[in-house]
Amino acid sequence: MATAYDIAMKEAEPELGGRAPVVVVEDLRKTFGIHKVLNGINLSVNRGETLAVLGRSGTGKSVLLRLIIGLETPDSGSILIHGQNIVGLALDRMGEIRKKMGFLFQHAALYDSLTVAENVAFPLVHHRKDMSGSERCDRVKQLLAEVGMEGNLAKMPSDISGGMQKRVGLARALALEPEILLLDEPTAGLDPISSGEIDDLILKLQRERQMASIVVTHDLHSARTIANSLALLDQGNVVIEGTFEDLQESGIEFVKEFLKQS
Amino acid sequence: MSDRGVIAVEGFNPPIPVRRVEPVTSVIDSVPNLINGFFEWFGSLGIFSWQVFKATVTPPYEWRELIRQLDEVGSKSFPLVALAGAAIGVIISLEARYSLTRFGAKSMFPATLVYSVIQVMGPIITGLIVCGRVGAGMGAELASMKVSEQIDAIEASAINPFRLLAATRILACILMLPLLTLAADASGLLTGWFAQSLVEPLSFHQFITSGFKGATFNAFLPQTFKTAVYGLIIGLIACFQGMRTQGGAEGVGRAATNSVVLGSLFIILADVVLVKFILVVFP
Repeated sequence: MATAYDIAMKEAEPELGGRAPVVVVEDLRKTFGIHKVLNGINLSVNRGETLAVLGRSGTGKSVLLRLIIGLETPDSGSILIHGQNIVGLALDRMGEIRKKMGFLFQHAALYDSLTVAENVAFPLVHHRKDMSGSERCDRVKQLLAEVGMEGNLAKMPSDISGGMQKRVGLARALALEPEILLLDEPTAGLDPISSGEIDDLILKLQRERQMASIVVTHDLHSARTIANSLALLDQGNVVIEGTFEDLQESGIEFVKEFLKQS
Repeated sequence: MSDRGVIAVEGFNPPIPVRRVEPVTSVIDSVPNLINGFFEWFGSLGIFSWQVFKATVTPPYEWRELIRQLDEVGSKSFPLVALAGAAIGVIISLEARYSLTRFGAKSMFPATLVYSVIQVMGPIITGLIVCGRVGAGMGAELASMKVSEQIDAIEASAINPFRLLAATRILACILMLPLLTLAADASGLLTGWFAQSLVEPLSFHQFITSGFKGATFNAFLPQTFKTAVYGLIIGLIACFQGMRTQGGAEGVGRAATNSVVLGSLFIILADVVLVKFILVVFP
């Protein structure tokens, strides 16, 4: 029986190498206590594409990202990264997979005892032993310049705004040149100008790096700007997956209501 | 009844939120939960210990973080431990002189002070003082990192948090406790002698010679090195409590408190076993 990964690979065959599926989620289920958070999710993201996951609060959007990067373990189902199922992998083997992923946390999760520059250098110090100190310093400056934070190297996370923290978090997520970028509400809590700047930044990175990205967001405008396709979650299920136009044309009551309120 | 107890005040509608008072029946009902929680805690501690052990013995090794933690646990605890040791030395000196004089055994004073400080008080006081300072600090620091997703960020960066955060801290505690105990012992002996010499002149050389007369390494070394076990307890409990924290500020506070309370309790319980073990193995 063909799996979702096989089907996605078959669909991508004509342009394989350019748009091969990088992340495939199959029948993913997760329960916390008696609360069913994910109830059989199926999704796939190709190289160079961005999938925006939308939905009401508490529908398991962030949990989906945490499952993909292995911070949570699913009850059942599989998560294929470049065709390899990561469910149940040992911590060290999971580490190798994680090096290919960048994760921006909802509240940036910067290390509060380290400066902005040290935060970005952190993955490089641990995984790029071949880099000299000056090379690492140059790389950190380049990453911070990419996110418009080149003038804040020595500042502590507590001394910068929420939007700036997200930029630094993004620079840290990009440090190991990931093939997959997972963004948990990158514009939540930001003013419209900062949100727009973060969106532009994500679009620029997409164009330059051709990563597969999954963005969890409440911000429909942001999702429409940065994503190729959108998936709307409700009560642990994907209600609809497609382009923004597909969502607009949908006759499903929940989709209509979601679009109306957004 | 809702989770939070609420008292409605007569003539004033908005209720006052107060701490929930558990009725007696709910305490009885909660006994199975308490038993489950007890076994769940030890089971989780066992799994955590195994993860830390694996991370400790397999490369890569986090030397830089280990050195930082050695400084954090060792150098920064030194003044506190030395001060506590000094106070204990004076207390034992005052108490011992009074008791020994009463029983006509004043000549036993140096040996009493040496054995009391090195075999009994030095190790346990060092363990409890370090547990208070380092255990609370580690528990709160790791708990704060946990609730602000910093530990998740470390894991998401493909770095093993058991290796980077727990193994280094636990190793630092194991290595530093015996050294800090030596500092407490030295400080206690010095102040104990000083307190005695204020009342009755006694040269330090005479005090040491008389105090250590007939003593062997077996009498003191195992007592000093047993504090490595205290270090293991302090580090393990603090890291475990910190890294499993849930909730916000309340969770951080609970982790810090539990690290100190459980750490101190386990140190005292471990001492019972270790004293017997040392008496049997090093007679």
